[in-house]
Amino acid sequence: MTESINIIEIKGLRKSFGDNQILKGMDLNIRKGENVVVLGKSGSGKSVLIKCIVCLIEADEGSIKVFEKDITQLDNTELNEVRLKMGFLFQNAALYDSMTVRENLDFPLRRTHKDLSEQERETMVISALSDVGLEKSIDKMPSELSGGMRKRVGLARSLILKPEIMLYDEPTTGLDTVTSREISELILEMQNKNKTTSIIITHDMACAKLTGDRVVVFKEGVIAAEGTYDELERSNDIWVKSFFN
Amino acid sequence: MEIKDLPAVKNNVISEHIREAFSEMGRTSLFGIRFFKEAFSPPYEFKELLLQCYNIGFKSLFLVSVTGFIMGVVLTLQSRPTLAEFGAESWLPGMVALSLIKEIAPVITALICAGKIASGIGAELGSMKVTEQIDAMEVSAINPFKYLVVTRVMATTLMIPLLVVFAGAIGMLGSYAGFNIHNHISVFRFFSKAFESVGFDDLIPAIIKTFFFGFAIGIIGCYKGYTASQGTESVGKAANSAVVTASLTIFIIDMLAVQIIDLL
Repeated sequence: MTESINIIEIKGLRKSFGDNQILKGMDLNIRKGENVVVLGKSGSGKSVLIKCIVCLIEADEGSIKVFEKDITQLDNTELNEVRLKMGFLFQNAALYDSMTVRENLDFPLRRTHKDLSEQERETMVISALSDVGLEKSIDKMPSELSGGMRKRVGLARSLILKPEIMLYDEPTTGLDTVTSREISELILEMQNKNKTTSIIITHDMACAKLTGDRVVVFKEGVIAAEGTYDELERSNDIWVKSFFN
Repeated sequence: MEIKDLPAVKNNVISEHIREAFSEMGRTSLFGIRFFKEAFSPPYEFKELLLQCYNIGFKSLFLVSVTGFIMGVVLTLQSRPTLAEFGAESWLPGMVALSLIKEIAPVITALICAGKIASGIGAELGSMKVTEQIDAMEVSAINPFKYLVVTRVMATTLMIPLLVVFAGAIGMLGSYAGFNIHNHISVFRFFSKAFESVGFDDLIPAIIKTFFFGFAIGIIGCYKGYTASQGTESVGKAANSAVVTASLTIFIIDMLAVQIIDLL
């Protein structure tokens, strides 16, 4: 259920790489419990936006308020406190390839929840893996997993820390249609179960339709259009229509 | 372009290369400063440090042993004819011991480790960087620099001196084997003669410089990997550049160490 409180408030966000201006004064508010899908051509700044939100990329100008704290002004300790409330699913899942699936999930847990016993952590790992249907792969190495399985493990690893905000960077890219749908359904299921607020960067319109409460379309570093999936699908704007054809 | 313009273009290219080399040195130094800041502030990664010591130290033992033994044999066999010509064959154990301890074991072992360890670290961290594993740590509120860089640099700094001492010892065994091809001498007598020539003033500076070798290997390997730009090509470049830069740095440190020891 979407609430009226803004959990993320972005104002005048600018980011350039050399002479290439990617974000040109972006404004975006995300309400608590809302699932926002971000569409846009490659290089339009979608991934840069979510990387700015977790401070993987430093913004040049503007403010990013997450849980009412401007993360551009926080020191490392304060930033890490905010980061613990956010989960991030990377495009290629970014599993630690020298660790088993179990270790991949246990690693962030062990280091950020030092009060938990080994038994409690093990229970949480198994529970997170069973949520994504991969409890049997617990002792496998990432290299033994398919693309879809890697995404599921990546999702389980992000969700094990019980984040309030989930950021998905092209969660279905590189997957076949069936697996893409499975991942999209899994994202929706996890959103409903964990009551997370989400930003989903995608080119996959089926994923956008299934997971998004609101769709935002990027064009040349600013928001060109926003609305529900159905509203934008009926849009007369040629640029917006091009995503739905 | 006119032919007369070519020298100007060449000068620009050279000055650009020199500028880039100094910038890179500056960035590596800042990376080193960050290492010291992170290394002495909690939390400490003891478990990962032990794992890295095992990976870097124990897993290099075989390579270092073989190299050390060959160094001892070759040095003995090549030096023997010259010394025999002057009737100074009995000086051979002492000369080999001094050469191995002061120069050959530290430098050759460090170069072997630059090839094996710096490239390994460069490729591993480079690969983690391009596959966003380092970013994944950061967004999970884990300090990747502390976990990946500090542990590896500390491990190389601690393990390279041990590997050098080990290589020196194996080198002396190789020297004994080489000496016994043409002469017959007991182990006790050989090592007594060898260590008669070696004092603490030879041993201590040689060991101290190996800590710097280890630090250089670790920090350069980590820097090249940690700052690899996106793309798989950069992983190979990071590994290659780590070996070349670490090897060159070892020679520079060695030259400086010799000058400093000479002054003392």
